[in-house]
Amino acid sequence: MRRTKIRQSRTARILGTAIFGAAAVLSLSLASGTLRPLSVIAAQEKPGAITVTIDNFSFAPMQLEIKAGTEVTWINKDDVPHTVVSDDHKLFKSRALDTDEKFSFTFKDPGTYEYFCSVHPKMTGKIVVK
Amino acid sequence: MSDYIEKNQDNDGVDRRGFLKCMAWAGTGTLCLVQGGVLKSFALTDVLQKNVGNLKGDLSFVQISDSHIGFSKPANPDVTGTLREAIAKVNALPTPPSFVLHTGDLTHLSKPEEFDTLAESLKSLKTERIFYVPGEHDVLNDNGAMFHERFGQGTQGDGWYSFDQKGAHFIGLVNVLNLKAGGLGNLGHEQLEWLEKDVAKLKGSTPIVVFAHIPLWSVYPQWGWGTDDSEQALSYLKRFGSVTVLNGHIHQTMQKIEGNITFHTACSTAFPQPHPGEADSPGPMKVPAEKLRGLLGITDVNFVRGKHTLAIVDSTL
Repeated sequence: MRRTKIRQSRTARILGTAIFGAAAVLSLSLASGTLRPLSVIAAQEKPGAITVTIDNFSFAPMQLEIKAGTEVTWINKDDVPHTVVSDDHKLFKSRALDTDEKFSFTFKDPGTYEYFCSVHPKMTGKIVVK
Repeated sequence: MSDYIEKNQDNDGVDRRGFLKCMAWAGTGTLCLVQGGVLKSFALTDVLQKNVGNLKGDLSFVQISDSHIGFSKPANPDVTGTLREAIAKVNALPTPPSFVLHTGDLTHLSKPEEFDTLAESLKSLKTERIFYVPGEHDVLNDNGAMFHERFGQGTQGDGWYSFDQKGAHFIGLVNVLNLKAGGLGNLGHEQLEWLEKDVAKLKGSTPIVVFAHIPLWSVYPQWGWGTDDSEQALSYLKRFGSVTVLNGHIHQTMQKIEGNITFHTACSTAFPQPHPGEADSPGPMKVPAEKLRGLLGITDVNFVRGKHTLAIVDSTL
């Protein structure tokens, strides 16, 4: 369910339950039809995997501290596509992620890694690897 | 409240009361007349009731924007349908437009089949030619290669170009490529150099129309609604008597005048976005089905030679 979206606009707030229910069913059916890379499914099954949620045009958490060797998975919960791109444009760069699509990257070396959405560059995030 | 932007005490070209009234009409239809750098705004209902003078000119063209073919979520599961409605609206105009400008976000996900649907749909437009500039949704995974191949033939650099029509000079700019972390829309050094040279040969009396996807004025930088290096681009246009800047991206109509430059953004043909700051994010606005078409639309522009007049009319679907 995409509860945070209800806050998105005043208009959305006054939508009837029936309409929101229909919207939720649509978003679920879209999610089930989404193709996911195999590596992402593996990450889901691995205990302790770290997830960054993309919602309302922001990365949450925006800053993250992890141990070296940890795999981070980003999932897009917005209705518009986003990307996850390291500031150097080289270390990691996802394709455009549609709603509910994911991207994973394993941080092998300690350091501070800043990244952004190349479609909406105001969206930035940071990962500190210890 | 006046229907005109008639006071300009700050010398910035904007009368706040008139501007707010203009804003209030967003989505319900607005007509804007530009005469010598002064903007006059009318409700579209007045235009339809012929309460205003003759707006026919030497050149008329239509701007459509943000078709987002491939988007299928609330509030619009049928963006191809609403694009067709927009096309029907254009085809119903009393004078067929000389050409149509599409100011980007043709597609939602830059997929080949989305570009196919867009191109196929626009074939039914009754006009001589369609000019395009890309939106950020058209250049998602290939830095715009597919868009360029299909819609940017014969353009310069990453897809910018200019052309002349009935004495007016039109400039299509690309501000959705090579975006920098934390930044806004971006024109880039190479394009700015080209622009400076492109307008250098023109007389100051030449009416200029610039079109690009992301607004070339600072609408709401917090949501990325602006272009980092637009000031430099606009500095090359300051010597011209009449400059009109047409953008998309924000899925709602807005107007602003700064000196001789009139800025105007168009509605989307796909889905509305919230007014600046009135939601948690600029994501698609979910509205009841019966309200959707009142928030989508097209923009019709008339140019009267000799009077330096551009009449801009927004119509909802």
